[in-house]
Amino acid sequence: MADEVLFEFFHMEIVGQFLQSARKDEKESAFTKLEFLGYRVGQRLVERFTKEVPRFKDELDTMKFICKDLWTSCYKKQIDNLRTNHQGVYVLQDNKFRLLTQISEGKQYMEYAPQFLAFPCGLIRGALSNLGIASNVTAEVSAMPACKFQIQIQRL
Amino acid sequence: MAVCVAVISKENFPLFIKTIPTENELKFFYTVHTSLDVVEEKISNVGKNVNDMRELYLGLLYPTEDYKVYGYVTNTKVKFVIVVESSNTNLRDNEIRGMFRRLHNAYVDMMCNPFYTPGENISSKPFERIVDSMLVQD
Repeated sequence: MADEVLFEFFHMEIVGQFLQSARKDEKESAFTKLEFLGYRVGQRLVERFTKEVPRFKDELDTMKFICKDLWTSCYKKQIDNLRTNHQGVYVLQDNKFRLLTQISEGKQYMEYAPQFLAFPCGLIRGALSNLGIASNVTAEVSAMPACKFQIQIQRL
Repeated sequence: MAVCVAVISKENFPLFIKTIPTENELKFFYTVHTSLDVVEEKISNVGKNVNDMRELYLGLLYPTEDYKVYGYVTNTKVKFVIVVESSNTNLRDNEIRGMFRRLHNAYVDMMCNPFYTPGENISSKPFERIVDSMLVQD
């Protein structure tokens, strides 16, 4: 099916375009822009996805929605592991993250991984913020196609 | 059909409100405003009871002498309020439900427009057309 890879290619091109147009000292701002792009997409996406879904009971219920429904719609698989300390920190582990599968598995291209994770981080943050949860999302990669998203809930 | 349709943001400020007749608009603003307390009460109860309803449609919020107020809250905490005349007895629950569903669909379509910034007042023409189709035709 060609339509599944379209998003992947589009995302790759966007990342390339953003980083290319940024000068050496502006790499940070390119990341911020990518993250904000994800934020806006997440905000809108969640509006559509939750149309037929019953109301969420609590925060964990919302997280499960992100891990199952949102992830399946965006990345064709569910999150492999969801962990929480019940104090506002959630760790979402994906053992084969779709946007990283095209990169060689060795250590060689490790430094390029973060640029492909800015958009997904923003996507999660946007989705959560529209569902009424303010958060900070960071990502880390330890071995290539696997990655972890850490969500820190901001409480007032 | 309805005499007033309102969309209220998650921070409880109005995004869109349209009434028929337009002369006592302010009265409907007041009615919608007071209904927000009932909405708040209904959604804060979710999750405390095992067998409570987790539907987006909240049903009849409260009846007044002349009007009935119905509410609907999306998962993103955007509130829809529809006011109908009490004298209109042939309007069943199912039809109100259908109106909210159409309103929600229209809202989602509008939200996915890249030129709309979330939290802005709604000025979309297609959205307004849907609302117009729900208001009383005289």
